[in-house]
Amino acid sequence: MATLTLNGVRKKYERFDAIKGVDLAVTDREFVVFVGPSGCGKSTLLRMIAGLEEITGGDLLIDGVRANDIPPDRRGLAMVFQSYALYPHMTVAENMGFALRMAGVAKAEIATKVGEAARILQLEKLLDRRPGKLSGGQRQRVAIGRAIVRNPKAFLFDEPLSNLDAALRVQMRIELARLHQELNATMIYVTHDQVEAMTMADRIVVLNAGKLEQVGSPLELYHNPANIFVAGFIGAPKMNLVDAKVAAASAGETRLDLGDGGGVVLPGAEAGLAPGSPVVLGLRPETLSFAATGPFRGIVRVIEHLGGESLYYLERAGGDTMVVKTGEAVFARLGESVSLTVRTERASLFTADGKAIGLRRDNPARAVA
Amino acid sequence: MKKSNGRKFAYTVLAWVVALLVFFPILWMLLTAFKTEKQAVEVPPLLFFHPTLANFAVANSRENYLHFAANSVIVAFGSTALALMIALPAAYAMAFFPGRRTKDLLMWMLSTKMLPPVGVLVPIYIIFQRLGLLDTRAGLVLIDTLMNLPIVVWMLFSFFRDIPGDILEAARMDGVTPRQQMVHLLVPLALPGIASTALLAIILSWNEAFWSINLTAAHAGTLAAYIASFSSPEGLFWAKLSAASVLTVAPIMVFGSLTQRQMVRGLTFGAVK
Ligand SMILES: Nc1ncnc2c1ncn2[C@@H]1O[C@H](COP(=O)(O)OP(=O)(O)OP(=O)(O)O)[C@@H](O)[C@H]1O
Ligand SMILES: [Mg+2]
Repeated sequence: MATLTLNGVRKKYERFDAIKGVDLAVTDREFVVFVGPSGCGKSTLLRMIAGLEEITGGDLLIDGVRANDIPPDRRGLAMVFQSYALYPHMTVAENMGFALRMAGVAKAEIATKVGEAARILQLEKLLDRRPGKLSGGQRQRVAIGRAIVRNPKAFLFDEPLSNLDAALRVQMRIELARLHQELNATMIYVTHDQVEAMTMADRIVVLNAGKLEQVGSPLELYHNPANIFVAGFIGAPKMNLVDAKVAAASAGETRLDLGDGGGVVLPGAEAGLAPGSPVVLGLRPETLSFAATGPFRGIVRVIEHLGGESLYYLERAGGDTMVVKTGEAVFARLGESVSLTVRTERASLFTADGKAIGLRRDNPARAVA
Repeated sequence: MKKSNGRKFAYTVLAWVVALLVFFPILWMLLTAFKTEKQAVEVPPLLFFHPTLANFAVANSRENYLHFAANSVIVAFGSTALALMIALPAAYAMAFFPGRRTKDLLMWMLSTKMLPPVGVLVPIYIIFQRLGLLDTRAGLVLIDTLMNLPIVVWMLFSFFRDIPGDILEAARMDGVTPRQQMVHLLVPLALPGIASTALLAIILSWNEAFWSINLTAAHAGTLAAYIASFSSPEGLFWAKLSAASVLTVAPIMVFGSLTQRQMVRGLTFGAVK
């Protein structure tokens, strides 16, 4: 059992607010991922939960008990560092058993627990090696093993895979997901890689400049981003953002003027949208497709074939770029002028200052040229 | 190509000249120690002569060499142990929990080494007199500790700084107490550094002459005071003085060459790499 609750948690350095009031409730056995650009405060927030960094405002509750002033070792949490932070002069087994040995646990019990962790992590053959003679992935597993052995209430990971090569990263990602199920533990995982976040999280916490931008399941964030920041951060290639104006908002549909003569009609309406107000239309690359005619026109500038899918980068009249993701078949050539249609029911709409506008939708989709 | 070869030759010659210049006094001392007093002052100096051990016999019988040597050992090792005991926790705190003034503190400690010792001789002498520390080994241990402390703290500080902070944070998360961190993590990881710091402190303390000559006499005098006693009332006896000097320098030279590898390793490599 482990729940973590953050109530208005803040971190103020001398001249700098690193965390500006975060509210979050992590439920038992949840896999929560903190994601955000470099310097947004992910590590700081994680270290505050761990107890390695002082909380300067708000409350942290662990299992409902205020933990702000509890020293790190008595919070019952274990942390895995990006640098692994293994003890270089100890063997793998000694590394994993060190905390228990210092706590005065009996030798036989230590051996049992270390053996168990080694089995889970497939480290049995490496128990007598020093960290210097291990590969990156093996070191990472030892660091995780050191956490497992302590049987913590929750695991904290700070970018644990960022020092590994791409193939190993994918493999460890799967292994961590398996571990989460096998250990049945609460986990908080920090990364700046949105793919890691999407693939591993039960819930993603998007941080930006010390503030929560949005909290939700991966698909929630993907389909209903709360603002342009989340829309741009989650998903690769990025969501296309197109400036537009509201042309008319009638019952059931919202008509947008794209400024170049084209227009889009979105199903759904919102009372506050007066004609003439500037908005930003958000379109996922896979919701766009080539057509004889369509609201968007552009010249194909770059094509990337990824095997199963292809990416087309179009240059629109105003100089904006749009990305289209299609299946295997090749639809357009470099330099060709093309038109695009869009599945409007999948479109997102934002105010000019970046907040999502939820359109109440009861009409079927359609697009006009 | 040619030019660089010529340069290389010039540098080699220069290096040898400098090395010989540095080594010459030691060589001269060594030669003189085996001459008679008359040979020692002969002009031109003798390079070939019949060596004698008489000077060593006299040097040992006039003043009790072993007594002074024992004092030197006690003071060198004692002051080094004491300095390490104080400097280890100090350097630990400064390296891993630096405050806003830590840098200033380190600079201040180093700045105390810029004051010529003679500047504080009178106050220290009076303090020692009042406290009854004159001519005691404890007093000399104390003064050598204080003398070496800034260097020892600085060296340990930089060795600790080489240890990644993550390792200690991991230990903190694991509930390892600060004392256990010190014993099981910091000391083993910084051991080469700690060892070379200790060796340097021993050598500095062994060679320290100013305070031991001024604050000690027959009871607590170290080998530095022993040498000094040969240049007193009756005038200078070069051969005996040289013999005494050889007896003083020899132990630390042997010690230094035995531990040279350790010293170099600690001073050139980081603590953990
Ligand atoms: N001791 C400190 N004093 C002042 N500012 C700090 C301190 N430590 C971190 N910061 C600032 O707090 C902000 C958040 O840092 P943090 O390390 O949490 O970022 P991050 O999201 O983990 O970034 P990355 O992805 O690069 O690891 C940064 O702008 C950083 O400069
Ligand atoms: Mg970070």
